[in-house]
Amino acid sequence: MSTAAALPVTAESIARVRAALDGLTDPEIPVVTLAEMGILRDVRPATDDPALVEVVITPTYSGCPAMGQIEDDVRATLQRLGVPVRVTTQLAPAWTTDWMTEAARDKLRAYGIAPPGRCSAEGTGPGERIVRFVPRAPEPVACPRCGSTHTREVSHFGSTACKALWQCLDCREPFDHFKPH
Amino acid sequence: MDAVATDTTVLVDYLLHLGDNALVLGQRNSQWCGVGPVLEEDLALANQTLDLIGQARLLYQEVARLQGGDVTEDTLAYFRDAHQFRNYVLLELPASLARVGYAQGDMDWGVTLARNFLYSALMVPLWDALQGSRHEPLAAIAAKSLKEARYHLRHASDWVVRLGDGTDTSHARMQAAFDHLMPYTQEFWTASDFERAAVEAGIGVDVAGLRDVWRATVSATLQEATLRVPSDQGYVPQGKNGLHSEHLSYLLGEMQSVARAHPGAVW
Repeated sequence: MSTAAALPVTAESIARVRAALDGLTDPEIPVVTLAEMGILRDVRPATDDPALVEVVITPTYSGCPAMGQIEDDVRATLQRLGVPVRVTTQLAPAWTTDWMTEAARDKLRAYGIAPPGRCSAEGTGPGERIVRFVPRAPEPVACPRCGSTHTREVSHFGSTACKALWQCLDCREPFDHFKPH
Repeated sequence: MDAVATDTTVLVDYLLHLGDNALVLGQRNSQWCGVGPVLEEDLALANQTLDLIGQARLLYQEVARLQGGDVTEDTLAYFRDAHQFRNYVLLELPASLARVGYAQGDMDWGVTLARNFLYSALMVPLWDALQGSRHEPLAAIAAKSLKEARYHLRHASDWVVRLGDGTDTSHARMQAAFDHLMPYTQEFWTASDFERAAVEAGIGVDVAGLRDVWRATVSATLQEATLRVPSDQGYVPQGKNGLHSEHLSYLLGEMQSVARAHPGAVW
């Protein structure tokens, strides 16, 4: 923590912190920011210490290996600002891809990752019906390269916990699909 | 919360049980990393292992917070011995049909997926119900883990059907896997003292109450896989009470050796 920390947090310093954090991207997908991903949940004065800014982040998947990196990035960025900060990890409500902004979805597509559909369309729990070997995307997944929805799921688990591996049956390109979660 | 706070031991035991389940199955399945049958499946299991170890970490972090002192997620994972682990015996068994602990042999994909299926078919309704736990941190972890367990169940169900309703060989091996594993599921339904106390305190869920839902999932999937639902009679394991098979010591030996050889090491 900074030693020059006696000043209370102001709206202006919160805005500065937010602006600085806006430059931070997801370590695994460097085209979207933490805010666009819905990982950055809040920037606020800490309730127990008015001189401290509390940055609230939420993990995507429990085991996402990028969380440690994200926390370090946030700390390092704010250290450079000279703002005393605490990074809090908050689990509830659980992160969902529905929090991803439209801007983030467009950037993912441009980067070659098919963005997630809406979660509400996903099957829920014990009653979920098993359908034999048919990829169960609730909405068609469009190829981020040619736009065709004539696509298939190669594997439900891809290069990171949050992505599935798909292939376009028209342009034949394989691509990542950010799973609705 | 006050009633709960009076009995931290029950809460700790309950959280450790859930955390140990996740860690032990995660460690067991991580043995496929780099040697999976095809690249996509290697990645699929590695992904699910990450989820499980992530769940274990969240639960251990909460235990460490409750216990205070020098307890950390790492001391819980690396410096407890087999008898202090509270996982289901089902999850520590090798990925093969019955064999002694020191025996080497090929891992069996069917046994691995049958186990993942039996476990995640329980964890989907269990995490779902635990979202209503009176202990809020546990409810939050449950909400996160539920989403992951659904993926795991879906993946395992696909393989159960694919192999069960596959060739004669894959069918026979999948059936043998279920015949071997099914009796171990009895441990799910036999409540231990700390589970009973946790249910009474409103922090835990009565797992026996989920048996019908679990059975329905298992029967429907096995039927689609043209497999017979085997008997689950026989010896009821008590991993939850620290009574494990010999396999857990070998598993922990591998997992804990580096941390114990270099205590406190960081990188």
